[in-house]
This record gives sequence, structure tokens and C-alpha cells, in this order.
Amino acid sequence: MTYAPTRWRFRQPSVIPGFGPALGFTIAYLSLIVLIPLSGIALRAAALGWSGFWALATDERTLKALEISFGASLIAAIVNVVFGTLVAWVLVRYRFPGRRLIDAAVDLPFALPTAVAGIALAAIYAPNGWVGSLLAPLGIKVAFTPLGIIVALIFVGLPFVVRTVQPVMEEIDRDVEEAAATLGATRLQTVRRVILPGLMPAILTGFALSFARAVGEYGSVIFIAGNIPYVSEIAPLLIVIRLEEFNYAGATAIAAIMLVISFFMLFAINLVQTWSRRRYGYGA
Amino acid sequence: MDVSIRNVRKEFDRFPALHNVSLDIHSGELIALLGPSGSGKTTLLRLIAGLETPTDGSIYFGPEDASLKSVQERNVGFVFQHYALFRHMTVAENIGFGLKVRKGNDRPPNEQIRKRALELLDLVQLSGLENRYPNQLSGGQRQRVALARAMAIEPRVLLLDEPFGALDAQVRRELRRWLREIHDTTGHTTVFVTHDQEEALELADRVVVMSQGRIEQVGTADDAYDRPNSPFVYGFIGDSSTLPVRVENGEIWLADRTVGLQVNDVPDGNASLYFRPHDITLLDGCGGCIAGTVATSRRVAGTRRVELEVGGSQHRVEIELPIEHVAAERSRIAFRPTRWKVFPDAQDSTA
Repeated sequence: MTYAPTRWRFRQPSVIPGFGPALGFTIAYLSLIVLIPLSGIALRAAALGWSGFWALATDERTLKALEISFGASLIAAIVNVVFGTLVAWVLVRYRFPGRRLIDAAVDLPFALPTAVAGIALAAIYAPNGWVGSLLAPLGIKVAFTPLGIIVALIFVGLPFVVRTVQPVMEEIDRDVEEAAATLGATRLQTVRRVILPGLMPAILTGFALSFARAVGEYGSVIFIAGNIPYVSEIAPLLIVIRLEEFNYAGATAIAAIMLVISFFMLFAINLVQTWSRRRYGYGA
Repeated sequence: MDVSIRNVRKEFDRFPALHNVSLDIHSGELIALLGPSGSGKTTLLRLIAGLETPTDGSIYFGPEDASLKSVQERNVGFVFQHYALFRHMTVAENIGFGLKVRKGNDRPPNEQIRKRALELLDLVQLSGLENRYPNQLSGGQRQRVALARAMAIEPRVLLLDEPFGALDAQVRRELRRWLREIHDTTGHTTVFVTHDQEEALELADRVVVMSQGRIEQVGTADDAYDRPNSPFVYGFIGDSSTLPVRVENGEIWLADRTVGLQVNDVPDGNASLYFRPHDITLLDGCGGCIAGTVATSRRVAGTRRVELEVGGSQHRVEIELPIEHVAAERSRIAFRPTRWKVFPDAQDSTA
């Protein structure tokens, strides 16, 4: 395979007809569902004028909320990458009674109304809850603190990592691991140098999905976070608060900032993914 | 490195894959494990590598009992049928992997690993491809890289599991010759598994013919082809025809007439006569012969392959005739094998 520079072409020849209608439909559909609503935000934000927008955006409460939102999402996504990969490994590599059940349970965060999840988590992690009462003597408070936000975001993001890594992991040949073993690699070296690099593209995809989901999460977080301004108030909640105050300009400004940051982060992750996919090949 | 397999037995979930197999492999030898699928040849190879552990018995590398060691400690080079290259590493990184994962003083510095990888790449005639990734190589090239990778660790034994199985016929033949050259240059003790008898007979110093978890015969290509020691080997290696016969006082009888062949080491009773289609002479009259009517006649390369029905339509044997021979349908042909072997039937030998 060589990567000879080819002339850019608008249309790739294909045996399946209908390029025109398909592309037209895709653009129309994406416009209606995604682009037009989002450009509404951009327009409203632009109407504020640069100085107005800047004043709203650099409001300390807004900045803190954004920091909490993106920070907690990032931590949650990282935690999910580690443990989600582990869960996928257990599900793929081991056969044990109840494996099917656990496999099904991984999807529950997809299906459960997030408010229900938030209430359940808050109940368990509250200082008098099952887990909270165990942590309280250690001086660890989860519910109604930023830690609670992270727990809720881990909960909603977990299936994204498991479900993207699992199928790719199933494709890894035993041969490759055995080859590493015959070459003298220990189990740890095999995992670190052979298996994980092969899973990198899938793990990155899982990370991006989990992170994106966490940034947009609202329902589960507000029940467990305590929602103290400057401490445990997430940006989506602040948008709702501004709306309830009929402060549409403030809501729009926060939304626009979130939009821009999210877009660039996902775009960057996408670039890394493309690069690693080309290099590593699994799931390409 | 001499490899000695002593009374090795292997069961998978109570299902026996190998029964009490013993085999001595001499240092520097190129040995083929040949057999149909399910004969246990791959299991035996994996046992030598340490990828499986024997249920019973032991495997010695020289004087030491290798069965007590893990795969990592055995220092064997293993080549897989589907290459098993690390696809996120370049060719050079793949080859250097075995050296890179070594610990402490055993681990050569990076430049040396790279140098060694380039040397091996030269040996397998792929110089210049060191920065490619495996998915940028053809099948034959990938298998060469896999071999270079296996050789990089200076293995005590080189083990190849159907190394050319996934390649097309032309590349197989080329790589076969090339593997023999590499073996002669490097002198590694080498064991390879194949179900392709042509490959085994052409390539190996000695061939180990296996069937149903047992070793049937160990010998050179000539031994296996000219002096098969069991009906299985006779039937498996090369073309052969077989007929049920009866031995009486050293005389071979086919139904109620004599074939005109004598044996002296086979007990009286029912037996099977084996011969190769081309080891026959045609007879005019039939004073002791095998006679049959022509069922089909095909032209195969330089000869004519004729299928004869012997004794009604019960038994068919194949013989090779010169192309000039017409072998018209339903005509009668009489012949006698020139090289052949009689194996007494199993139930008679136990009776």
C-alpha cells in the first residue's frame, strides 16, 4: 500500500447509484437536526456584540461552572477509559457464570432516565447512604461535592467505552499474544506493548464518546452535585438557571462557549484517532 | 540443540490429542511433522514451544527438561500460519521485539537491536522495507518478517506451524526453497508442521508422519515413500491403490485366483495389498495377475490414469498407463504390481 498523492475528487466512482440524492438528503437532514439549531446559538451570541459577549463569558460564576463541567468530564472519561477497558477485558476474555448478566448490565446507563440514576447515586453516596456512610469516617464526602459530579459522569459514560473497546478486543488474535510470549515477553509486557497499542483507536473513540456525553450531561448530575455556585455547579445547570431568570443573553453566551470548546476538543480527538488508526490498524 | 520428546501424552478435556509420543530430533535437523488435520501435529509443535503443557511425559532440550520451563524461558522461535505480526509496529520493530523485551544486561542497546533487525531483514531478502507496517506487505513478505522475528532471539529451536499454509501455490514453492537455504545457512534445529506432503518430502531431512495422535513413521522422504511401514502411510503419502487379498502359504490370492506374488513375512489370512499406480507391468495372458475392466480413463500430464473395476464393481484400483495405450471403456486389462506391500488385516493379527 502506498499513499501516492491522488487528485482530490468530489465524487468517488461506486457501483451503488444515488450519490446525488444521498448527499442532498444527508445535508438537508443534518441541517434540520443539528446545524440550524446550533447556528441559532451562534447568531444569538453574535447579537450580543463582542464586548457584551466577553463580559458575560468572563463572569466568574460562568468560568467556574465551565471549569467544573469540562474538568469533571475529563476526569470521568479518563476513569472510564481505564475501568471500561478492564470491564471489556473481563467480558471478552473470561467465561464465568453470570457473564451474560453483567454484559447486559453495562448497557443500563444508556437506558435509565438520568434523573433516576442521579437520585439513586445521591441516595447511596449521601453521608447516611450505603457507600457514603462507609466513606464518611474517612473524611471523604461524595454526594453534594464535585466528587459526586464525577461519580455521576462516570456512571453515564461507562457503556460508551466498554461498547467501543469490546468488539475490537474480540478481534485480537490469540496468535499475536502467543507470538509475544515465545519471543520472551512477560504477560505485562504483552499487554502494554502489544495489546493496548492495538486497542488505542477504539479506546480513543470510547474516550471521546464518554467525554462528550459527560459534558452534555444534566439530569443525573443535578441530583448528586449539590449545585453550590462556584463549587459544584455545572455549566448546563447554569444555562437553565439563566433561562429561568429570563437572562437569555447569559444562557446563550455559556452555550456558545461550550459549543466551541466541545467542537475543538472532539475535533482534536478525531485527528488523533485518524492518526492512530492509520498506524495501528485495528478497527480501521 | 537436540530435542527429545519422551512419552508425551496430551488430552484436551479428556479428549486425547496425543498418545504416548516419543521422538528424537537431532541438532541442526530440519524435520517435518506431516499428517491430516486432527492428527496432533500442531499440538506436538505447541507442546515443544511450551504453548501447551503435556498431560504426561516430558520434553528435553539437550540435557535439560524443558517441560519445567515457561514459554518465555524456553527461547524458541515460533512462526504462525497467519504471521501474527504486531501490526502497530514497523517491520524493524517487529523483528527487534524479542530483544527489546529482555531485562537488564541481556537487553542490547537500541542501536544494536536495530542493527540486528536490519541484518536479519537482509537475510530474509527484504532490505529496505524496515519502516513499513505489516499491512503494507504481501503475505509472503509478512511470513519472511515473522521468520526474521523468530530468529532474532537466537532461538534454540525454530518451530513453524504451517508456515506457508496461507500463501498461494507459486509463493509457497518459492518460500520452500528459500527456507531450505536459510536453514542451511543458519543451522537452526527446525521443526515445521504441514499437511502438504510435497512440502514435507521436498523440504525436510526427516519426515514424521502422524495420524490420530500417534506417530506412524519417522524417516527420510525415501523411507516414507518407498518403504511405508503402515497402511496409513502407504495411503497418505503419494498415490496408492489397495485391494483386499488373502494370504495362503506365502501366496497372494485375489478372490479365487492367484495374483502371482509371493510374501514370506505375512501370516496366512485376510490382508490388504498396496501398490502405486505407476509401479505395475501390463500382462498379456493372465496366469497370475490382477484383471479388471476399465471404468474411467483420464489423461493426466504425461500419462494415462485408468480406473479399473476388479471383481465386479466392488473394488476400484488406479493404474498408470503409457499414453499410447487406448484403454477403451469396458475393455479388460491384466497387470501385476512390480513394487507393492501386503499388510495383514488388523483383526487377523489379533486372532
